[in-house]
Order: sequence, then structure tokens, then C-alpha cells
Amino acid sequence: MRTPARPKRKEEEEEEEEEEKLPLFDPSDEKVGDVDSEDLTDSEESLFSGLEDSASDSSDEGAEASLSNNDKKEDASEEDNDGTDRQKLKVSNTSQEKEHETASSSDLSAIQGISLKNEYEDDSSDEEDIRNTVGNIPIEWYQDYPHIGYDLDGKKIYKPIRNKDELDEFLDKMENPDYWRTVHDKKTGADLKLTDEQVELVHRLQKGQFGDVNFNQYEPAIDFFSHETRIHPVTNRPADKRSFIPSLIEKQKVANLVHAIKMGWIKPRKPKDNTPQFYDLWAKEDPNAVLGRHKMHVPAPKIQLPGHEESYNPPPEYLLTEEEKLAWQEQEPEERRLNIIPQKYHCLRAVPAYPRFIHERFERCLDLYLCPRQRKMRVNVDPEDLIPKLPKPKDLQPFPSTQALVYRGHTSLVRCISVSPSGQWLVSGSDDCTIRFWEVSTARCMKSLGMEGAVKSIAWNPNPTIGLVAICVERSVLLVNPCLGDKLISSFTDQMISGFVDAEEQHLQPVTWRSAEGDAHSRGVRLIVTHEKAVKQVTWHGKGDYFASVLPENGSMQVLIHQVTKRRSQNPFSKSKGLVQCVLFHPIRPFFFVATQRYVRIYNLLKQEMTKKLLTNCKWVSSMAIHPGGDNVICGSYDSKLAWFDLDLSTKPYKVLRHHKKALRAVAFHKHYPLFASGSDDGSVIVCHGMVYNDLLQNPLLVPVKVLKGHNITHDLGVLDVVFHPTQPWLFSSGADSTILLFS
Amino acid sequence: MGGLEKKKYERGSATNYITRNKARKKLQLSLADFRRLCILKGIYPHEPKHKKKVNKGSTAPRTFYLLKDIRFLLHEPIINKFREYKVFVRKLRKAFGKGEWNAVERIKENKPGYKLDHIVKERYPTFIDALRDLDDALSMCILFATFPRTGKCHVQTIQLCRRLTVEFMHFVIASRALRKVFLSIKGIYYQAEVLGQPVTWITPYAFAHNHPTDVDYRVMATFTEFYTTLLGFISFRLYQTLNLQYPPKLEDKTDSKQQSKEEARYAMDSETYMEKLSAMSASLTRVVAPVEEDDAEMDVFPMDGSSTEQEEERQKEHQELERHKKLFEGLKFFLNREVPREPLAFVIRSFGGEVSWDRSVCIGATYNVDDTTITHQIVDRPALDKQVINRYYVQPQWVFDSVNAKLLLPVADYFPGVTLPPHLSPFVVEKEGDYIPPEKQKLLALQRGEHTVEENESEDSEEEEEEEEDSEEEEDDSDVEQNEMLKKREGRQIPEKKLNVKVTAGVMKTENRAKAAQDEKGEEKRLAIMMMKKREKYLYNKIMFGKKRKVREVNKLAAKRKAHDEAVKSERKRRKKGRTG
Repeated sequence: MRTPARPKRKEEEEEEEEEEKLPLFDPSDEKVGDVDSEDLTDSEESLFSGLEDSASDSSDEGAEASLSNNDKKEDASEEDNDGTDRQKLKVSNTSQEKEHETASSSDLSAIQGISLKNEYEDDSSDEEDIRNTVGNIPIEWYQDYPHIGYDLDGKKIYKPIRNKDELDEFLDKMENPDYWRTVHDKKTGADLKLTDEQVELVHRLQKGQFGDVNFNQYEPAIDFFSHETRIHPVTNRPADKRSFIPSLIEKQKVANLVHAIKMGWIKPRKPKDNTPQFYDLWAKEDPNAVLGRHKMHVPAPKIQLPGHEESYNPPPEYLLTEEEKLAWQEQEPEERRLNIIPQKYHCLRAVPAYPRFIHERFERCLDLYLCPRQRKMRVNVDPEDLIPKLPKPKDLQPFPSTQALVYRGHTSLVRCISVSPSGQWLVSGSDDCTIRFWEVSTARCMKSLGMEGAVKSIAWNPNPTIGLVAICVERSVLLVNPCLGDKLISSFTDQMISGFVDAEEQHLQPVTWRSAEGDAHSRGVRLIVTHEKAVKQVTWHGKGDYFASVLPENGSMQVLIHQVTKRRSQNPFSKSKGLVQCVLFHPIRPFFFVATQRYVRIYNLLKQEMTKKLLTNCKWVSSMAIHPGGDNVICGSYDSKLAWFDLDLSTKPYKVLRHHKKALRAVAFHKHYPLFASGSDDGSVIVCHGMVYNDLLQNPLLVPVKVLKGHNITHDLGVLDVVFHPTQPWLFSSGADSTILLFS
Repeated sequence: MGGLEKKKYERGSATNYITRNKARKKLQLSLADFRRLCILKGIYPHEPKHKKKVNKGSTAPRTFYLLKDIRFLLHEPIINKFREYKVFVRKLRKAFGKGEWNAVERIKENKPGYKLDHIVKERYPTFIDALRDLDDALSMCILFATFPRTGKCHVQTIQLCRRLTVEFMHFVIASRALRKVFLSIKGIYYQAEVLGQPVTWITPYAFAHNHPTDVDYRVMATFTEFYTTLLGFISFRLYQTLNLQYPPKLEDKTDSKQQSKEEARYAMDSETYMEKLSAMSASLTRVVAPVEEDDAEMDVFPMDGSSTEQEEERQKEHQELERHKKLFEGLKFFLNREVPREPLAFVIRSFGGEVSWDRSVCIGATYNVDDTTITHQIVDRPALDKQVINRYYVQPQWVFDSVNAKLLLPVADYFPGVTLPPHLSPFVVEKEGDYIPPEKQKLLALQRGEHTVEENESEDSEEEEEEEEDSEEEEDDSDVEQNEMLKKREGRQIPEKKLNVKVTAGVMKTENRAKAAQDEKGEEKRLAIMMMKKREKYLYNKIMFGKKRKVREVNKLAAKRKAHDEAVKSERKRRKKGRTG
């Protein structure tokens, strides 16, 4: 069914149209018309129907036109007879519309054709239907009434008398052969019998075919707007005015484009580049051209060239063993020396593709543009050149070079040794609670004295006229007359000690002095100086009258200075400056050296003040020795360093020697020869030539001359003490293996 | 003290460097564009000497560029091209979005492009500079040429890479520049000498690539973009030096009719030419006809400093080189279908040999298997059912080994099916103290012109030599004596044979003066080392560590070889016994 909007639009279009004299038929219409003339008229009518509406210009008529097609057709057919010239008016629409229209109209015409025939032949259904003017309402609304609507005159149309019940219906169904084609018309309440044509139409529609049997849906389409020039225009519409007037909008657009081209925003087609892709780029090369770059340019290093191991068939020694392969796999890729596992293939055909080929190229690319470059000077030095040129040890003789004697007898480690000023005797103190006197030249043990405890330190009086040895045993310092050698000396010593007259006024002493009596006296002990705490070290002044003792656990009284002839002791320091490791008297001047863990302090005993503080740069000083000249000090430390101080030069070490591998235990200077030695836990004694010049401008010359090895390492201890012979270039060393060695 | 206060980090090295981000901001580029620019211009980060100073006191890890480099980038016209391209993409996207197809067409037509010619010239002011940097370019182009024509990168790039590599190889053939070839497990290394510059490149074995996912192909493509430009210009110049036509043209010798027929069977016309070119079986046409008298005698320039000996040596070297260049001249090779055709054809042709292959393998075959003049047939299968009597059948390694040895090696070791001798790297130049594999020693002897005696004997004697060496080497490894050891090893190249005779006479203890002196020297040295300064000692220890490690490695290799040889020997003996018993 048509919608009412459609004709209205047609109206508008048609108003624009001028009349046209030439009838124009739709070809499809023509064809249809050929087959069925009635259809032709019908389709024409349908076309005209709209026109009529437009001609009448009345809204009523338009509304009427919006009624069913059948109505219009009737009207049209009726008015056809009027023969007005308006009939001649043709509709010209767009081809699309037309085709659509023709399709739909022909479509309708098939049904209408049938209905027309019915109308003219039996004149039955449609008229009655028309007479009922209730319109398109649900017929149930008239259920309770005797009528079902009204005819054109407004009279009721009564329902036919229904006397058929279910049974009748059934009987009818059974008996009437035309029952299947009987249709109940609800609008009139009458039964209709469909004709054969109608049945066929229904069948066709059910199958989804066109209603009209003769309609050919596959007709060739005719293209109206083809490229061919025709003598007549397709439409009769006159050209628009705007087609004669230049468009303002287009002008604007062109202007925009022109402006854009002028400004260079839009480029007309680029000119083709005719230069060849490659040419002689270096035709005019200038070798002196500044490389646009600078002198800092670092060219990329070339890729390393492959060695034998990368071959597909390397010599067998380059193949990795299983363990090497495992080790290779466990390494990080960066730290591998080879970036591949060498492999052997028996022929070239068997070599597979290398899976990391692209990776390697890519990594090279990354290296080239991401890796920071730096010019590194390659150290192309001969290692021999690095070794300093030193005077040959041969030229620096004499120095102890061979092991000459072994002094055996102690049963535990020998902590300390000391040589008599004459150089004839050696005394040693050990952890087996004995001290032993040895004859140096024969290695014979002359005497052995038992002590109450381990001997920590031992020192022979440097005065050659006095034969006294100071021994540290636990809390006391014993002064022992060895009674060896010259009788005169020993008797003189005894006289000196026994000739002591106690002063009248008693001083308050930090220690107690006691003369040894009885058994001890017969063994040689002359004096016993008892301290409050354990004594660690004892050292004599050069004159042999004073000696100093170190008590590390004694708070502010760590260092005590004793005078033998007066049997007096005093505490030189009122305050402790740290844990005192060892003390020393200056050989000539009244200076006193105190080594704490990290510093060596030098005190002037006369002025009673500190003159210098040496910074050792060590963690823990173990031992100290002073050059006989008195201007140079060496410090051994537990962090295996030996620091040489030139007191005239600086308070910092002139040189730090790291010769030993383990902690230093003892250092010693020779009295006459320019030699010094250091003994360490690594079991070696290193003898160095340490020449000190009288010329103040020349620095001391330090040359290691000999590494002496002879002590076995026991309990992680090697050499415990080293002492030079006072006159000969000989060296004594005592070790943890309970021996004493003489190197000459 | 008057004057302004000096501020820190406003002078000196801090002002010479710039961090990457600052550089990027200064250039107003995205990171990707910045990287591209750096690749094309060859700008790389520098490692400052005092990083903390440059980093203004901070120790954060940063990459630094030289400020000069970045300033130099500021004026680069390519930057504008990058920006233009960005604008182009934006415009195109907009037009697409609006559906303005005309505009799309127009914009596409005006796609901005750029050329890298000026950058090449700038980076390599002289031709020799460019040749020095050719290694990476060649390797990269060859890799790209083997990529499939789909995905990964533009087809044009791949085609261009292929063309350029083929052109370069043709140049190498024409100039006889190839010197060394090495079959590695990574690929085949070639070294050519172009105008006195060694150029080394690597080609992968001809297999499909297993494309890794953790590789940024765009970076590689940018490099390739530059490298293709560089390689093209270099090729052009090189062709010019040889009077060859560029782009290369093949010499037409055979009648064109037959050829065209063959071509038609093979592929389309446009493709065949490239294929034929890449077959490398024919030589190229020259602009000027080559003069027959090729090797004019080298003029002798009397030089002030050089004596006649040096001159003679130089002349000898020159002659040797000439001989090497003509190594395969007069030989006719035929490649079986299972051997890699391209590398072999390339190597043989670049030493003057003639080469052909089966017609169905590749275009460009010049003769057939049944040609009677063929001297060598390269075979890589264990056995051949039909053999012709007047030619050698050898494995491909023979060709490469002969090239590296600079002489035609005896073919007996390389017959099909036999166990090949090891393939040694020609790039290793053994210095004194390095490990020299016995094969290399043999080869050196062969090059010197010495003929090896009977195989077994020589082997035995070698082994004995080795044994001796080993025993002496193992004697002592004390720290300082290593140095002496090194020296000793130099002196004692050919140790005498030891007789296994026992003499038990009375022993007279003599003072070995030499030994004593040596000991003394050793001790002196040890003492001197003790007196070294800390820094020097560190350096010394480092050097000595490296030396010792080298000696250790050499010993290890020698021991391994010895063990292997013994194992082989015992195996052989056992087999012999089994055969006799």
C-alpha cells in the first residue's frame, strides 16, 4: 500500500515540470503492455493518478489519493472517460524513481488485473466491500451488533444470517470439494470462493515469486545516462541559472589553492630527480678537509678476527672438554672469553646455520651507536722497565746472607733475645719459663735459669762494664748478673748493686725494689723490681743506668723509668695517651720514644715535654728501632708494613716498605753497619741496606739485600725477635719453632 | 683576592659534554629520530675521563655526547627532512580520516625523501677513509640481502643490498683482491685487499634465518640505509678505478640466441640479468679494453734508507702476491650440486679459475660435467658412483685451504670421504710464545719450500719434540722465573733428541756457576720487585698475570693435543693388532 507521503513529494516535483507533449513510456511498461493491454492502461492510470491529484490541488483529493490503489484506479478509470486533455500530461521523474514506480505498479497491476476481471465479470466482492464504510477497524467491534457497518448512504449493513455451526462446518469440509478454496470475508461476513487464477496467485506469492506470470525480472537494464551522445536530452528540464554563473564557492576554493601554492604550503607535483643514484662522490676529494668533526673523534674498533677455534673443522685441541663446556655454560655471557663453543663438523655439508648471526650483527650496530667510546692508552711497557734500578746487593756487602748456627735448647717459642755488648754472649727468653745464656760462636748453652712465668722481654745492659740482664717475667723485672766471661765485670756489677745505700727519706715508689737472696742470688738474680701489673717490655738507656718498663694494663702508669744505682722508679707521664706498645731511649740525646697503637711520640726528658708525634699510617705498631745516629726510626706493624721515619724530614714516614706478607714482630738496626732487619710471622727475616748520609740533603737509601728464611711457622707464628750482633754483620733471630738462628 | 667567585662546573670538561636528554632537547627531536640521526651521522657517546666532574658531582650513570658533536648536528639538513616527514604523515592521516582521496593522492605524490650523499662525503672526506669503514657495511648488506622478501624490511632495500653486494664481489673478482677465506661456524669470512686496505666481511651460510624477536630491525634498517649509500658510492668509484662499467655489464661471448632461449626457460627477463650477474661465472665489460701486458715490471726506485736486501725482499713479496693472485689460473672447476655454489664460485673466480655447475642448479653455467678439460670437481658427498679419470675429486675445503696457504695443496688429503685435516684460521698470526698447531707448522714448512719426510716419521719426531717441550715446561712455575722461561723458550726452538741411556758414574759436585749467577740475578730481581711503588707493582703484576695466563693456555693446548694424538695412536695400534690377530 502506498504511504500518503509519496504522492505529495511527487506533487512538488511535478509542479516544477513543464508540460510535455511527447508521451514517454517506460520500456518495461511497454513490454507489459504488449502482453496485456489492460495492464498497460492500468499502469498508465496509476501514473496519471498522481497528476490528477496535483491538478486538482485540493487536499481532499490528495487524501483521497492516499486511499487504496483500487479506489484511485476506479476513479481514474471513471475519469478516463471524461477525456480531459490533462490525461496527456506525463510524469518525468528520475529514472530510478520511475523504475521503482513501474516495478511496483506492474506488481500491483497483477493483482488488480485479477480483481478487475472479477469486478467486471461477476461484480461481487469489491463493491460490497466498498460499501462498508467503517474503515480499517478491528471487525470484533461489531461482534455484538446485528450489522457490521454502514454503506455509502449511511444505512446499516446487516450481517448475513449465520446458521452454520461447527458440525455444519465440518460437514462442509468433508463434503464440499471447494471448501479449501473458500475464504471467509470478515468485512461482509460472507464466504468467498477463490477462482483458479487467484489460487495460482496465492501459490506464486507463497513461493516468493512475482504475482504476474509474465513478468520477466531479468530484463536487461537500459542505461539512460550512457556515454553516448543523444540527440534529445533525457530530461526536458532547462539548465539552471547557476550553471551559467561562475560559482563563488569554487572561486574561493581556487583562490585558496593558489594562495597555498604561492606560500609554498602545497607543492605542485615534485620535479623528478634526474641525478643518478650513485656517482663519483670523491671526485674532488680534499685530503686536508677538516673532517667536520674534531680531534676527539674515535673511530670504531674493527671486529675481532676469528681464531682457529671458530673454524668448522678446528684442530682437536681447540675443542672443549665436557667440564670446560659446563664451565662455559655457567659463565655469564659477558665474561666468556669465547662467545661460541667450538664445534667440529666432518664436512662442509654438515655445517648448520649459525643461530645468533643476526644477533651479532645487531649487537655490533648497538656498539657502534650506543657504546660510549674512550681513547685508552695501551700500556705497552716492558715489565722489566718497571722494576726500579737499585744498587746490586753484591756491592752493598757485608750483610748476613747464610744461616750459620742454630741454637737449640728451648722447648717453647723463643720470645726475646739479646746480645751482650761485647758480642760474646746471647741471652734468650722463652715461653717454657727459662732464660738461656749462649756462647755466640759455638752455639753452646752456657746457662739456663728457670723463671716463674713466660719471659716477655729481655735486655742486656748496653754498658760494657756492667754485666746485667733485665728480664720481664709476669709482674716483675729481674736484674740478673750472668756471671759469664770476664770475672772483673761480674764482680764490679755485684759491687755496684750491693753498694747501694738506702736513702734516708723514703720516696713513695710505684714499684717495690728488692734484692734477691739465697737461692735466687746464687743463680745470679740480683734485684727484683715488682710492678703492680704484668710487664711487657724492658729497655735500657745507652749509659746502662736507667731502664724503662712498659705495663700496658696499668692505666695512666703504663711506662715507668727506673734507675738502678739509686733504686728509684718514676712515672714520667701523668696521663696515658693510648695503649703503649713499646718504648725506646734515644741513643745520644735525652729523648724518649713511646709507641702507641698508631703514633710514636717523642718526649724530651729534660724539658719534660713532647717534641714530636710521628704518624705511622699503620693500624697497630708492634715494634720500633732507632738508628744509632738517632735521626731515623723504623716502626714495624702488625699490618705487615715497615715505616721508615726521617726525623729531620717529616713526621710522616719517609718510606713505607711492604715487604712482608704477614705481621711484623720485630725490627732492628745494626750498631755500625748500615743495616736493618725485620722479622715477620711469614717466617722470613728481611735484611735491608739502610744508608743514612751525613749530608742532610741526601735522603736515606733503602735497598733490600737479603731475604733470610729458616724458621718454621708454628701456630701461625714465624720470627719473634731479631737482633744484630753489636760488632759483626751478623743477625740473630728467634722463632716460634723454639730455635734461634744466627745468620752471618 | 678580588675578582668574581669561580663557580664549579662552568669550565673545563663539564662544559665539553652534554647528556643525551639535553642533547635531544636541544635538537628538538624524539628519541627515535635522535637515534636515527646519530646512526646516520655516526655520532656516538663519549666516555669522559672524569665522569664525576662532567656529571656535576653526581655519580648517576649517564651517557654523554660531546657538545661539539651535538652542535654539529644542529645544522644538519636531514633534521628538517625528519620534521617534514612527520608533517607528511600527519597530513596523510588527516586526509585519510576525512576521506579526501584526492588530497591523499596529492600528498602521497609529494612524499618527502632524503639523500645521504652529503653525509657520506662528510663522514669520509677521502676515499680511503670510506674503505677503512667498509667491513660493517659489507657484512650488514650481505645479511640484508639474504632476508626473505616479505616482512622485516622493504623489498627495495633487500634488492638494493643484493645488487650492491654482487657488484662488490664482481669488483673483487675483477681486481683479484681476495686474500683470505675462512670457513667458520658462524659463516664464511672473506678478506680482500682493496687499494691496500684490508676489508673483511662475513657471509652467513645459505639457510633461512630464524628471525629473533629481541632484535630491533628498525635500527638495523637505518644502518643499512646508510651502508647501502656508502657501498654504492664505493662500488662506483672502485669500478671506475678498474675501468669497468657501472652498473656492471656482463661480457657477451656466447651467441645471444641460445642464451635467450635458456633465459626464457629460467625466469622473467628483468630478473635474469641480476641472476646472471650474481652467478659470477662471467666477467664484466670494461670501458677501455684491458691491456694484455698486465703485470708490468715493478719499477725499482732507489731509496735512500733502504738497502738492496730490503728491496729484494719487497720484490720477492710482490712476486709472491702475483703468484697468489693467479693461484687457480688454468684450472677448470666443476661444482657438484651439494656444495655451496656462491662462495666457491666467488673464491675460484677471484683467483683466476674457471668454474661451472650443473645447469639446473643456477643460471650461468658455462660447461657441463662431461667436459673433458675439467681439472677439479668439488664434491661434498662420501662417495661418487661415476668418476672420470683425468680430474681430481676434492672436497670444498681444499679450495679454501689452498687459498689460505697461497699454494695448491696436495689433493690427497681432501679426497671425497676422507677425514679432512683441520681447517685453520688464516687470520691468526702466531707470535713468539704462542701456541702453533702442528698442522700450521707443517703448512709453514710447506710454504718455505721444505718437503715433509715420510708422514709417520715426521709425526713421531714431532711428538717427541712436543713431549720434551712439555716436560720442560712443567718443570717449575715459580713467579719470577716465568720471565726467564719465556726467554728460554724463544732460544730453544729445536731441542735435541734425548737418548735413553743410563750412566751411573761417580758424582762430582761442581759449583754450577751459571746457575748460581742466575739464582743471584733472580733474587736481585725479587728484591727489586719488593721495592717497587704500589702503582707500578700493580701494573707489573697485571702484565705478569697476563703473560702467565698465556703460557698456561699454551701449555694446556699442547697437553690436550698430545693426549689426543696419543689416543689416536693407541686406537690405530689396537686396530692394527685386531687386524693381524
